[in-house]
Amino acid sequence: MKRIVPIGPYHPLQEEPEFFKLIVEGEKVVDLEINIGYNHRGHEFISQTLTWDQVPFLVERICGICSDSHPYAYVLAVEDIAHITAPPRAQYIRTIIGELERIHSHYLWLGLAGHFIGYNTVWMWVWRYREPLLDLFELIMGNRNHYAINKIGGARRDILPEDYPKIREYLDLLEEKNAMFTNVILDDPVIRARLENVGVLTKEDAIAYAVTGPTARGSGYACDVRKDDPYDAYDKVDWDEIVFEEGDVLAKAKVRLIECNESIKIVRQCLKNMPEGPIETRVDEIPTGEGIGRHEAPRGEVFHYVRSDGSNMPVRHKVRAPSYMNIASNVIAVKGYSIADAALVLAAVDPCYCCTDRTFVYENGKKKYSGQDLLKLSWEKTEKIKRRYKK
Amino acid sequence: MKKEYSKKILDEISTKFPDVSIKIHAPRRIYIKISREKLFDFAKFLHNEKGFRFSIATGIDTRDGIEIIYHFSHDEAGTYYNIKTLIPKDDLKIKSLATFLPATNWIEREIHELLGVDFVGHPNLIPLLTAETWPADLHPLRRDYADEHKDIKISKNPWEAS
Repeated sequence: MKRIVPIGPYHPLQEEPEFFKLIVEGEKVVDLEINIGYNHRGHEFISQTLTWDQVPFLVERICGICSDSHPYAYVLAVEDIAHITAPPRAQYIRTIIGELERIHSHYLWLGLAGHFIGYNTVWMWVWRYREPLLDLFELIMGNRNHYAINKIGGARRDILPEDYPKIREYLDLLEEKNAMFTNVILDDPVIRARLENVGVLTKEDAIAYAVTGPTARGSGYACDVRKDDPYDAYDKVDWDEIVFEEGDVLAKAKVRLIECNESIKIVRQCLKNMPEGPIETRVDEIPTGEGIGRHEAPRGEVFHYVRSDGSNMPVRHKVRAPSYMNIASNVIAVKGYSIADAALVLAAVDPCYCCTDRTFVYENGKKKYSGQDLLKLSWEKTEKIKRRYKK
Repeated sequence: MKKEYSKKILDEISTKFPDVSIKIHAPRRIYIKISREKLFDFAKFLHNEKGFRFSIATGIDTRDGIEIIYHFSHDEAGTYYNIKTLIPKDDLKIKSLATFLPATNWIEREIHELLGVDFVGHPNLIPLLTAETWPADLHPLRRDYADEHKDIKISKNPWEAS
């Protein structure tokens, strides 16, 4: 007998607006309907009413977690229209901020994933080492979030040489702690049992649903904008693309953990080779034409398409956040697993609802699962596995 | 390790689809214009035979009609192929790609509600972003929308609708 388990329209765990309608048979999820749109703010329309230099501040506010990604992709798109290249120092600064943001975003996900499966120690610990990074952002750019570092033709703020040691000090701390987390999480048999072979997305499905970022790389589909279509300083530093074949939640977690190491590598090299010189070029006018900007955000490829008619505003500005593709793939990934796993699988793509921003309401008189219920289900499963390992 | 766009693929495209017009904006940004009748086969060729990744589609309200740009990424070469097609405003119909490419499902629903393009053959062409109470014949991203519907009232309570 089929039953419906509604999650949302206000997601109880991630506290963001979207709606998952799980169709279950007993404990097993047999189908999923996703509805978005509760938080549609019409950014694409507002963007057409702002001048070229105002838009970065608008698109920065699309998302709070990856707030560097959208202005980054936008300025790359406008630079593509006008064939502008930012000065080398600005390119290095933008790369450094992009990579530091990746670390803070992956750590946010890791902490939440720990919380979902009932490992609150992981949650507290991970976020403890994420906190100094936010302080570092404040030191460099004056804000813990919404850094406003990107500007058409350069960067808005310089990284001062006296701040380099502070960044290096943090990277040393993080490298040590990241190795510890990787070992602890991957060696724990209970965590493995919860994450392994759960929420599998095969490579074929990954291609059909066109997922990007760690979701695709965890499924063996190597697509990383930084390698495929290098921009700014990414082709001037040495790093590896992390790909795992399994496609389950563990593979996605591994991609994220090891990617943090690569980010540390990139930031260190950028600091070492940082060129001297100006941080911006003069941009007089944006000619008629169209441009594409792509940036590898923590969750995948951010894509911006901008069209100009020679005036001081974009005619059309299309924004595609990675979660727009990744969340849709949950329809495949969650099928066949239990409700206790569903909360984890739905969160495994590291969804960002403010980026995707969409959803509908079903009220069928049945009891709705609250955040506590879902957490309890998930935690009970972990406890069960723990007891099995103790015997 | 900058990989240049592949000349081979462009040659193959112009032999298989002779009536397309190709514009190379930058080494890795290619714009191709194609008629809407040929678009379905062309997209199928790019995705199924060439292994391009579908990225997104953009709908634009222009003077001549609604323009839809399908953005495909060739990840091996890091190149973006942007397939443009123009739909006249008196016949807003195009064949849906969602039948063979599930990734286009959401974006076609979005363009359908925001610009009013009918995707023929789409499995589930219901609104994605707008509220349930939103009138089906109002398309917010159209150029004429803001002038004609300045004082439209949308019911705030979804249960009052219909």
